[in-house]
Amino acid sequence: MRSNGLVKTIKFKNPVYVGDPINAVKIFNEKEVDELIFLDIDATRNRTEPSYHIIKNIASECFMPFCYGGGINRLDQIEKIIELGTEKVCINSAAYLQPELVKEAVGKFGSSTIVVAIDVKKNTFGKYRVYINGGTKDTKLHPVEYVKRIESLGAGEIFLNSIDLDGTMAGYDLDLIQMVSGTVSIPVIVCGGAGNLQHFKEAITIGGASAVSAGSFFVFQGKRRAVLITYPEYNVIKDIFSD
Amino acid sequence: MIAIIDYGLGNLGSIQNMLNRIGVSSLITSKTEEIKNADKLILPGVGAFDVGMKNLNDFGLLDILNDRVLNDRVPVLGICLGMQLMADSSEEGFRTGLGWIKGSCLRFKFENGSGLKVPHMEWNEITITKPNKLIGEFEDQRFYFVHSYHLKCAENEDVMAESIYGFKFTSAVSKDNILGVQFHPEKSHKYGMQLLKNFIEKY
Repeated sequence: MRSNGLVKTIKFKNPVYVGDPINAVKIFNEKEVDELIFLDIDATRNRTEPSYHIIKNIASECFMPFCYGGGINRLDQIEKIIELGTEKVCINSAAYLQPELVKEAVGKFGSSTIVVAIDVKKNTFGKYRVYINGGTKDTKLHPVEYVKRIESLGAGEIFLNSIDLDGTMAGYDLDLIQMVSGTVSIPVIVCGGAGNLQHFKEAITIGGASAVSAGSFFVFQGKRRAVLITYPEYNVIKDIFSD
Repeated sequence: MIAIIDYGLGNLGSIQNMLNRIGVSSLITSKTEEIKNADKLILPGVGAFDVGMKNLNDFGLLDILNDRVLNDRVPVLGICLGMQLMADSSEEGFRTGLGWIKGSCLRFKFENGSGLKVPHMEWNEITITKPNKLIGEFEDQRFYFVHSYHLKCAENEDVMAESIYGFKFTSAVSKDNILGVQFHPEKSHKYGMQLLKNFIEKY
């Protein structure tokens, strides 16, 4: 989300407006999506508070579990977001800048409520590095090192995002997924690069991810990236993961 | 009129919205008069057992709920913590529960290395153990669960459905006008919608 509209980016750049969040939720309800994640991608950089009225509307409208993230850096924000009916809260930059916040939030709300998002990009030497602030600031940390730290803070889940593959629909970064999933015992949800159903399967069976997520894959159709929200039928999903 | 009991816990908005979607109006309330006039009650809940019981007490709801449920026998649906509060007690706290369903709530405990985490947080299936009008019949039916405690019924005949998470646990209960589901129908899209529809139309 950005300025209260839904956007999709490519490698975290060039956001393209794809629609209104509430409309999207209604469509995903119809399609029986398992879980929704809404991330306000500008909140940290713009230092804005979470849009509570939008969160409240999404939470009420959403007939499946929903996770909200973006600019979360205080306990009272997390409390308010949960009170509004959100199942999980996602923390990204703050997990690096204020690790005690993750610990406190886990203590107060339970680990299953707190997801920590990790955005990863390869630096100019081709080494994986964790970035914060909407992918603009290099922490100089390798994801494996960082994720161990996050696990010890008690986070319930890791949301692992590949900046390099974001929006490209070229496939997930299986090496990255394998490295991170192999390092921690908490569930890793992966994002960034899904372009077809086979990619989902690979992320789980080869990468070792606990769950897969996608954005562009469900929102764009065809080479010209026409906006059309889709989602596979449940029996198709069951088939992909059946063997 | 359906009264969704407001005692400070639970995703009341989602439940009301789902009811709106199926064309049923409801009132979110903690007022005795409004609960008195309701045709059916929904007792939601997310959070800790003792906080739930304390809030029910502090909001002055215990008498009216007992009266409507046990005397008037109005249909009541407990959801998640709402269902657990219907028991006699819970390992999670020290307070006495509503005692509408005999039994107590136990914490999920798994050995290290079992790979099973607490809380049980996932979409899961249920197996109906007692014929009932509440739960729909869909192929691939599943519901969203998020809980660390489960209700162990003292009377087997109160168990309406079971699910598996490491072992079989009770995922739904029923006793006369009293119904409870451990999962969240309001977060289980079409399956939850059908369940709420059945509650409204068939009880």
